[in-house]
Amino acid sequence: MSAAVQAKPQSRLLLSGNDAIARGVWEAGTKVAAAYPGTPSTEILESLSLYPDLYAEWSVNEKVALEVAIGGSMSGARSFCAMKHVGLNVASDAFMTVTVAGVVGGLVIAVADDVGMSSSQNEQDSRFWGRFAHVPVLEPADSQEAYEMAKYAFELSEAYNTPVILRLTTRVCHVKAVVEVGERLPGVISGFKSDARRWVMTPANAKGQIPAQIAREAKLQALGEASPLNWLDAGSDRRVGFVTSGPAFMHVRESFPDAPILKLGLTYPVPVALVEKLAAQVDHVVVVEETEPLIEQELKAAGLSKIHGKDLLPRLGELTPNILIPAIKTFLGDPIPPTTTYPKIDPFPRPPTMCAACPHMGVYYSLARMRKKVQISGDIGCYTLGAGHPWNALDSTISMGASMGIALGMDKARSEETKDKAVVAVIGDSTFLHMGMQGMLDIVYNRGNVTTLILDNRTTGMTGGQNHAGTGKGLKGDDTPRVDFVKLVEALGVAPERIRKIDPYQLPVVFKTITEEINTPGPSVIITDRPCVLSEFYEKIKPYEVIDEDCTGCGNCINVGCPAITVKRSEDKLRPDGKVNELKFTTIDTAMCTGCHMCVDSCGPKAIVFAKPRVAAE
Amino acid sequence: MSDVITNILVCGIGGQGVMTAAEILAQTAISKGFDCKKSEVAGMAQRGGVVTSHVRFGKRVWSPVITPGTADLLVAFEVAEGSRWADMLRPGGVAMVNTIRLVPPVVSIGLFKYPDDPVAQMRAAGVTVYDFDAGAIARDLGDLRLVNTVMLGAIADYLPFPASELEEQIVGRFRERKPAMVEVNQRAFEAGRAAARARAEGIKAAAS
Repeated sequence: MSAAVQAKPQSRLLLSGNDAIARGVWEAGTKVAAAYPGTPSTEILESLSLYPDLYAEWSVNEKVALEVAIGGSMSGARSFCAMKHVGLNVASDAFMTVTVAGVVGGLVIAVADDVGMSSSQNEQDSRFWGRFAHVPVLEPADSQEAYEMAKYAFELSEAYNTPVILRLTTRVCHVKAVVEVGERLPGVISGFKSDARRWVMTPANAKGQIPAQIAREAKLQALGEASPLNWLDAGSDRRVGFVTSGPAFMHVRESFPDAPILKLGLTYPVPVALVEKLAAQVDHVVVVEETEPLIEQELKAAGLSKIHGKDLLPRLGELTPNILIPAIKTFLGDPIPPTTTYPKIDPFPRPPTMCAACPHMGVYYSLARMRKKVQISGDIGCYTLGAGHPWNALDSTISMGASMGIALGMDKARSEETKDKAVVAVIGDSTFLHMGMQGMLDIVYNRGNVTTLILDNRTTGMTGGQNHAGTGKGLKGDDTPRVDFVKLVEALGVAPERIRKIDPYQLPVVFKTITEEINTPGPSVIITDRPCVLSEFYEKIKPYEVIDEDCTGCGNCINVGCPAITVKRSEDKLRPDGKVNELKFTTIDTAMCTGCHMCVDSCGPKAIVFAKPRVAAE
Repeated sequence: MSDVITNILVCGIGGQGVMTAAEILAQTAISKGFDCKKSEVAGMAQRGGVVTSHVRFGKRVWSPVITPGTADLLVAFEVAEGSRWADMLRPGGVAMVNTIRLVPPVVSIGLFKYPDDPVAQMRAAGVTVYDFDAGAIARDLGDLRLVNTVMLGAIADYLPFPASELEEQIVGRFRERKPAMVEVNQRAFEAGRAAARARAEGIKAAAS
């Protein structure tokens, strides 16, 4: 990362798309940048924060990040914000109106789609925002293009008085490729100039500006037809001509080196005339676009014939060569070349797990013990892993901050069967501050019977450990005021005696506190207070080990879910009632163990003790 | 420069150094004037999940992902992971496998079984496998973190540039930040290289 920051103009570097975007944004003379972390976009702001002469922040959510960028743009500074695809759903309220008001300083919104869903709850296609909000969409295909388009996007934004979407996918964000960087333009801030007719979006003022927005779209359409970002790679095999964008272009180019390809970099508005030109040269046009058939439908709506797309290609996941080649060859009636030589070996799944000593495990261990008595409404973060083995202690996860609103809805919709069940919401510290607070307020306001567990691990864990308003540190690691969760939920109206702050490592305390709160009517909050094991705040203690002679094979410690605990021997035991009990004798990986002692509390026969220091082998 | 693309798939488990090894390979390729792309999908993989990194280099690289059946080399930091990705190899491709067995919780609690001998499964499938205990070599040299350098040393004779170029890329990193680690990394690199050669010769001798 620092290599890109220090790189002199014209140097060639191996950069991820995210690092390349940061360099492009900085070179554009950008002065304000904001984001909320979200895979695969997170590293853009982390990288940008290392550059000089630019304000960069972690915002509390994507909507605020966009608003900060809008304020910067209104003030005449080139401004930028970044988010993952679902982040723009959160930011969309501000987005759908700033698109009417336009910009002063260039305003660029990088939106990263998780095509293939490596770390997301859905696979939505952000290009639709272009059509919805009447803004241009730029789609880089690799790091070099990401860098160039990030820089150009500000120019486009100012020239057409519009926010610009830079649409990325995981294969742009996280692929490293060679980039030749350039020089930073002087960043100038013209300063805010009051103009109520433009910036105060009352109905009358907004109505006055919509004609300009419509006219802008027509100009952008003309730009798309002429832009050097949209170009034709003439090929000799004229049976199929491809229309493609983003990383899909790379896969098409790799798979069909002789085919004509119309490569689109400015994908909204769709340059229909360019496609018509291609169509005149080929037998069939195949639109290769990842996820939704947006370009395909625009072309069909414009009346173009011989257009194919999703009739041949899947809507889910990446369109890599192993998907494209058989689909197109089948369409053409060509023989399909064999792909793999060796048979697939599928050993066992290796799903992501919580880390050794993760404080979330104490909560899920306890919830799993009372599983039949509770409905558990979850949220987005590492603690979503509580849905997996061995806890199986999560009933729903929909979107950021949704745990409490959904819990309240569950509470208000009880059947004869569920009327006595407790409803519990589980949410992390960063997610609570992102979109959770309003759900909590709604529970209080509407007298919900919900116990909310705020798992405060002092970081944004799943995205790799970013700071937020509850950590007391900013994007650059600088000290900032730290939210006091107890005071915050008290201010939202939770009775002080119903706010409990506990140590999640104390299993008996966790179990007792949850039991007490779910058995008392009314809203309550349990805040667990232990830092993420990967954070700077975490302190290791001493590792534990299992005394073999004392282990009875009950397997309770396995149910904690710590990856440092493994079964070293299993044994079937016949019980007096005739049933067979599988005993699991365990061992602890002392290199992984941090001494959190959750397993110690789970162990009846007290077979887990501090590991004896090893004498170095001769 | 020929149009041939070299495809290397590095695989293992989150935290094992897969991405670092791939980064070093990619940097070496760039220093030799190749175009290069390196691709992995991170996200949830860092939580003990499967990690793969695709490294592709040549005169001009388009797609950042290796098409199944076209990898020249498979570098596996864990033995069952090696078997999981063996079908990515092209005919005649080589799997360089560290024999460490890392058992995930889903196996530990009895939901799934860890195969007895993943290398045998790979060989039965017709894959050329050079397997050895990279961890033991690293431990003998005094630092388990040297596994990364050992594995890179092991594939050094299978690359389209001299082994010394890759070695210099690794050692150069330490020369700047931790000069005390230079010599031990050189030894780890050579030990990995020797282990792979010995394994390859042993297997060829057994076959003939």
